[in-house]
Amino acid sequence: MRVPAEHHQIPPRAIGVETIGMTMRFGAFTALNDVSLKIEAGAFHVLLGENGAGKSTLVKCMMGFYRPTAGQMAVEGREVEVPDPRAAHDLGLGMVYQHFTLVPSLTAAENLVISRADVPARIDWKSERAALAAFMETMPFSVPLDVPVGRLAAGEKQKLELLKQLYLGRRFLILDEPTSVLTPAEADELLGMVRGLTTAGELTCLMISHKFREVTAFADAVSVLRRGEHVGGGKVADLSTAEMAAMMIGEKELVRPAARVAMNGAPVLTVTAAKAPDRSGLKTIAIDDLHVRAGEVVGIAGISGNGQMELMEILSGQRPLAAGDVQVCGTPFRATRGEMRALNVRTLPEEPLRNACAPKMSVAENIFFRDFDFAGGKGKFWLDRRRMAALAARLIGEYKVKTASPDTPIAALSGGNVQRAVLARELSGKVDLLLIANPCFGLDFSAVAEIRARIMAARNQGAAVLLISEDLDEILELSDRILVMSDGAIVFETPAAGADIGEIGKHMAGHH
Amino acid sequence: MSDDIGLWGVPLAILGGAIRVSTPFIFVSIGECLTERSGRINLGLEGTLVFGAMSGYAVAYHTGSPWLGTLAAAFAGLLFGLLHGWICRLPRVNDIAIGIALMIFGTGLAFFFGKPYVQPVAPDLPAIPLGFWSSLPQVQAALNVNVLFLAGIVLAFATAWMLKNTRVGLTIRVAGDSADAARALGIDVNRVRLWSTAAGGALAGVGGAYLSLYYPGSWNEGISSGQGLMAVALVIFARWNPVNCLYASLLFGGAGALGPALQSVGVTSGYYLFYAAPYVLTLGLLVATSSRSRAMPSAPGELSIVK
Repeated sequence: MRVPAEHHQIPPRAIGVETIGMTMRFGAFTALNDVSLKIEAGAFHVLLGENGAGKSTLVKCMMGFYRPTAGQMAVEGREVEVPDPRAAHDLGLGMVYQHFTLVPSLTAAENLVISRADVPARIDWKSERAALAAFMETMPFSVPLDVPVGRLAAGEKQKLELLKQLYLGRRFLILDEPTSVLTPAEADELLGMVRGLTTAGELTCLMISHKFREVTAFADAVSVLRRGEHVGGGKVADLSTAEMAAMMIGEKELVRPAARVAMNGAPVLTVTAAKAPDRSGLKTIAIDDLHVRAGEVVGIAGISGNGQMELMEILSGQRPLAAGDVQVCGTPFRATRGEMRALNVRTLPEEPLRNACAPKMSVAENIFFRDFDFAGGKGKFWLDRRRMAALAARLIGEYKVKTASPDTPIAALSGGNVQRAVLARELSGKVDLLLIANPCFGLDFSAVAEIRARIMAARNQGAAVLLISEDLDEILELSDRILVMSDGAIVFETPAAGADIGEIGKHMAGHH
Repeated sequence: MSDDIGLWGVPLAILGGAIRVSTPFIFVSIGECLTERSGRINLGLEGTLVFGAMSGYAVAYHTGSPWLGTLAAAFAGLLFGLLHGWICRLPRVNDIAIGIALMIFGTGLAFFFGKPYVQPVAPDLPAIPLGFWSSLPQVQAALNVNVLFLAGIVLAFATAWMLKNTRVGLTIRVAGDSADAARALGIDVNRVRLWSTAAGGALAGVGGAYLSLYYPGSWNEGISSGQGLMAVALVIFARWNPVNCLYASLLFGGAGALGPALQSVGVTSGYYLFYAAPYVLTLGLLVATSSRSRAMPSAPGELSIVK
C-alpha cells in the first residue's frame, strides 16, 4: 500500500504516447497483432473497432493490466516499462473504464481522495473537502459528494469516473466509451470539455467510441482495429464516415431496422396511479397513466437517475408497488413467471449480466431459463438436457452469439454477446409485451443495428414494446410515441413522427 | 444499612453483567468487523479465542504477569489470523470453510496444550473499582471495571475513526467493497485482507485472555460458551460498524445477565427462558431493523455471504 517514490516526473502538459508492435496472445488466440499507434501530445485520438476487435486488450496492455506477448510502449518518445497500472499512473496515464471502478459503499468524496497516490496516513476531511469544492468549481458538471456511490445512477457514476481522472491530474487519458450513459447534451458538454483540455495542450486523450458523430465533431485523429489488427486511420478531417465504417467492419452487411408497419392495436400494458419509492428511498416514483398498445414502440427518454431504472424494476417485478396498478391485457400483473408465461411478457433489463442472467451458469442454461421447467403447456420435474442443448444450439446460431461453446459461463462473453443471448431467450416464441431498458449500452454499432432490428421486427409482428433508454438517438429511431421522464414522473408525451428534439431536451432537463 | 436493595438489584446486575460479560464480545466483534470490512469472514475466531485464553493463562502463570499473558494471547491470535489469511489467498479456497476448520483446530490445540494449566492458578488482570463511592457491595461489584473493558470502548471509537479518516481505513474498505476497484487503485487486496485478518485474530486473542485472566478467570475446556461465534453474528447485527459492535456487545452482555439477576432476586419460575434473552433480543432486533425491499446497504460488497 505504500506509494513508491515517483521516479518519473509527470510534465504539467499533455504527453504523447506510442505503442510499437504491440502483440497479445491468450493461448492460441491472438487478440492483438503487431499494433503500432502514435498518439501525439495534445491529440484527441479515437480508437474505433467492433466488439472483440482488440480495443480493450490494447488499452489494457497500455495501462499495465496485461503484459503484452511482444511490443513496447513509449511515452514522450522514451521507451518505458509498464508492468502494472501503478506504473502507468506514475507516468501520467489514466483510464476511464467501461465498467465502473468506483467503490460502491464509499462516498464520491472518499472515492476521489483514496484514488490519489499521495493519500496522507491521516485524512483531514476539512481541508480535503475544501480542496474538492475548489476543484469542482472548475468542472463543468458536479456530482453529489456525500452519497455512497452505489446509490448514484449510471450517468452520474460515469461523470464521477471522469472527474476522478481529472482530479488525479492525469495527462494521458484513455476513455472507454465515456458517453454511452450520457444524454446527447451531457455528452457534448463532456467531450467539449475534454476537447478544450486537449486543444489547450493540457491533456492527450485516446477514446474508444462507436459513435461517428462524436468522432467527427470532437476528435482530430482516428485509428481503426479489426480482429486485433491495426487496419487504418488518419486525420479525421481526411476521412469520411463511410470510409471509417468500411475499415471497421470490413466486408459485411449491416442489418437495418425493418420498415415500420402501420399498426393500431389494443392497449397491452396499462399502468395506473403507480407509486413506489426510488433507490434512495427518499423520493417517490409516480406513474399516473402509461399505456402501450400492441404493435407500438413507446420510448421513454430521460436523463439517467430520473426514475427510469425504478420504472423498469417495477414492471419486471424487482420493486414492489406502494400503490396503484399494473395490468397486462386487463389482468393484474406482478411479473411472476406464471403471469409472464401466460401473457407472453418478455423483458430485457439494463445490465443484462446482472439483471437477466446467472453469470456463472452456462450460455445454454441461461438461454433455457424460460423453458427449463415447462414444455408443451405442462410443468416438468426433470431437466431435459437434450432439449436444452438443442434449443441453445439453435438460438446461438440464429442470433449469432459468439461463444466458445454452449457450456461456457455466460459471464465470459463480451457485452454484445450477452445481450444477444438474452435477446435470443426473450424473443423466441410469441411475444405480446416486450419491456426493454438500455438495450445497446456499450455495444458496437453493428450489434446495435442488429438488436434494434430485432426489436423492430417484434413490434411489426404485433408486440407492444416499452423502450426505456438514455440514448435519445435510439428512442428517436425506434419509437412510435415518445414519453419523457423527469423527477420520477412522466412529464411529456409526443408522437415520434415530427417530434421536436429541442422540446424533448427541455423536458428531459426538467423545464416543464 | 441493609444489603438488600430489592428489585434495584436487577438493573444493577444487568449493568454489571454488561460490563463484565461484554468485554470478550467487544474485542472479538471489533476484530471480526475489521476482517469483514476487508472482505473476508473469519469464522475461526472461536478457536482463536479459546487458544488465546489458554496461551494467555499459560504465559501469565509462568511469568507471573497477566499483561504478558494478554500480549501472548494477542500474538497467538495474530498467528491464527495470519494462517487464515494466508490460506485464503490461495485460489479456490473458501474463507468460511477455512474458518470452521481453524475454529476446530484452535480449540483442539488449546485443549492439547492447556491440559497442564487446568489446576494451577495464574494472576488475574487488575480491575478499577469505580464503585468506591458506594457502600453497597452490589454497586461495588457491578462497577468493578476491568482495564480491558475501557480499552475496548476506546478501541471501538478508534476503529470507527480509523475506517473513516485514515488511508489504511479507506484502503480496507475499498478492498472489502470491490476487489476490482482496489486492484485498479493498485492495492494488493490479498495483503490488505491478510493483515486485517491478522489484526482481527489478535483482538480475538485478547478477548480470550480476558476470559481466562479475569472473568470467569480460570482456564478450563468449557471456558468459552460460543462467544467467538456469537461475536461474528454480532458484527452483522451491528451492520459492520465498530461503534455499533460496542453497543451490541453491551446489549448482549446485559441481556445475558438478566437470567442470573432475576434468579438472585427470587424469580424462580422459568428463569431458564431468561438465559435465552440475548438470543431472543438479537433475533427481535434483527427482524425489527430488517427491510424487505433493500439489501443490507452497509454490507461490504466482497463478502462471500452477500455476493
